[in-house]
Amino acid sequence: MSKADELRQRAKRRKIAIQAGLIALSALVILGAFTTARTNLEAQGLTSGFGFLERSTGWDYSFSLVPKTIMDPYSQTLFVGFLNTLFVGFIAIFLTTLFGFIIGTARDASNIAIKTAATVYVQIFRNIPLILQLVFLYAVLINLPGPRQAMSMADTIFLSNRGLMLPGLSVTPGVAVALLLASIALGVVLISRKIPLIHGVLGWVGGSILMCIVAAIAMRPEGATLVTIPELKGLRFRGGITIPIELVGMIVAITLYGSAYIAEVVRGGLAQVPKGLTEAGQALGLSKGAIWSRIKMPMALRSIIPPLGNQWIFMMKATTIGVAIGFSDLFYIVSISITQSGQTLELIAILAGAFLLVNGGLAVFTNWLNARMKLKAH
Amino acid sequence: MSDLSVTAPTKFQSITQVLKKRAFPTPTQSALSILVFGVLAWLAWSLFDWAILRAIWSAENVGQCGKGTGAGACWAVIDARHRLILFGLYPFDQHWRSTLAAVAIIATVVISCIPLMWSAKRIVTLWIVGFATYYLLMEGSLLGLQQVTTDGWGGLSLTLFLFSSVVLLGMPMGLGLALMRRSEMPFVRGFAVVLIDFVRSLPLLVTLFTAAVVIPIILPSWLEGDKIWRVIVAFALFFACYQAEVFRGGFQAIPKGQFEAGQALGLTYWQTLGRIVLPQVFRHALPSTINMVVITFKETALVIIIGFFDVMASAKAAFGTGEWAPYYLEVYVFVALIYWLFIFSLGQYGEYLKGRMAISER
Repeated sequence: MSKADELRQRAKRRKIAIQAGLIALSALVILGAFTTARTNLEAQGLTSGFGFLERSTGWDYSFSLVPKTIMDPYSQTLFVGFLNTLFVGFIAIFLTTLFGFIIGTARDASNIAIKTAATVYVQIFRNIPLILQLVFLYAVLINLPGPRQAMSMADTIFLSNRGLMLPGLSVTPGVAVALLLASIALGVVLISRKIPLIHGVLGWVGGSILMCIVAAIAMRPEGATLVTIPELKGLRFRGGITIPIELVGMIVAITLYGSAYIAEVVRGGLAQVPKGLTEAGQALGLSKGAIWSRIKMPMALRSIIPPLGNQWIFMMKATTIGVAIGFSDLFYIVSISITQSGQTLELIAILAGAFLLVNGGLAVFTNWLNARMKLKAH
Repeated sequence: MSDLSVTAPTKFQSITQVLKKRAFPTPTQSALSILVFGVLAWLAWSLFDWAILRAIWSAENVGQCGKGTGAGACWAVIDARHRLILFGLYPFDQHWRSTLAAVAIIATVVISCIPLMWSAKRIVTLWIVGFATYYLLMEGSLLGLQQVTTDGWGGLSLTLFLFSSVVLLGMPMGLGLALMRRSEMPFVRGFAVVLIDFVRSLPLLVTLFTAAVVIPIILPSWLEGDKIWRVIVAFALFFACYQAEVFRGGFQAIPKGQFEAGQALGLTYWQTLGRIVLPQVFRHALPSTINMVVITFKETALVIIIGFFDVMASAKAAFGTGEWAPYYLEVYVFVALIYWLFIFSLGQYGEYLKGRMAISER
């Protein structure tokens, strides 16, 4: 055997040894963790396994989209937490994307006043930790006047330390969820058809509003008006939609912070559009709006979408800070469940599994969106 | 378009020219500009009026706070409670140590920004010296001072401690993970990919919570360590997984020929890496690394949830007593300002570097 072959053999053996060592070490750590966990849990008199999911919890929490009692089993309560996380996450994703695009475009504006305003906004909200903003905002919200002295806008929207009261459609919660899903489905259909951006957005907004009106006319309970407006009756408000103060805090804080981040992503995307394209639009006599919606944004979207997807995942993860103000997101429910039931490992596994699932789904969606937006091959 | 006289465009326009072109080109644009500038000016004035003109500064005058509608910010609460916010529960007569320690960390960060320090040896020495200074001063027993254990640390000093130890620990971990991820050995690569993707798809809070609550269950008690160290290691792992991706971006910018040239010269893997590739990777990854460092500083605020007495927790404690309870706004503004100053200046520095590198690459 030549010297070179021998060296090659030796290198190969070393690589195998390193990998075997790594596998053995990982296995050892996992095995060690399991055995230690078992002895530790036995010492505390805890049984492992998912049997506790059937037991009722016996404790209450702040917010749920579905009716809840303290007799609900752990499985149901955890599911409520999961729904709350998704609910806040998707609202935050929608609002941050909307405002992010508006502010990002403003950062790119030729008008210096608008640009300054957008820059000030981004520099303030991006550079303060989200959790500090949330706690700060929550402190302000709970120190608002009570319902009887609620701040009101045109006597239809009220803000007090109990929450935000908005006028709402007279539909049952089930119909509302169906409407939301239908609106999302419409959005997905519109994206998968390659139609111009501006038409797509207009079609989606118009279609969603139309669906709401039709649903309100067809599905409202007997004798109800089309829209209910919150009214002060005694010490509290009746009618309309009440958004609890924790939810208001969560949505506003995440939206303020997240839209500043997305604005930077959008600005970065717009900055990468070659100047010649804009000038070509100007030479053709297109209006500023048309240049933005037909040239700049479609081009910019291709570099915006991958980092935008990361921001969406960040937003979903950011819902965990609800625990700081007592909003019952999944993390909050899991941490209370751990103190109440002691099933730490199982609950952490559920928590991690839920986030892997949701963030994996978001990543798949972003990739799909990215593939949709790719330039057609010439 | 009738005026065809051509004047050479000048690079520098006067302020009036810029304003005319960028703020008042058409009547509608002008109206918009005036409106937006008006709102901004009004906001700035209101803030200035509240925070400076009508504010009450001294703790002795706290009686005037909140009296009547004309009262502004009550900075008296900061005057009275700033020690608690900055140093937490650290022994009162030892606060000078906490101050010096915090200065050591801030100085380390500032000195790291000087290009003269950008060699592996210098920057590593600087951070280790800075961190050791901090630890020796805060802990005290090795310097013959009164010993203060980590559970006595708090406030801004604790935030800076968490931040610096996470960066110091996480940076080599991140580099290690990045190297593993580009290894030829499938199991080594797979290990890194799974770990990085797993940690990155979990919220940081879940990672930290796991370290605080789960690790004591799955590790034998002699390996458990203090809660603060467990949390720091978990935080460093989080940092490392993101930083590994930053380094990966840096590696991708290096042409393959560089490695091959190293091999052709007979250099070993580590020599090629250390002398040829890594210096370039660091340079490419610098702006994103600063971004990661900024994010880490921001995220340290999360440790309040798992029960650490960081600057946010001490802020809460500062207005927690009945007397100061109405002045939560001032305390939060003060803490927000501390964070903002630090994050904003580091962020601007990152932007500046990015711009400088973009020019040098042309």
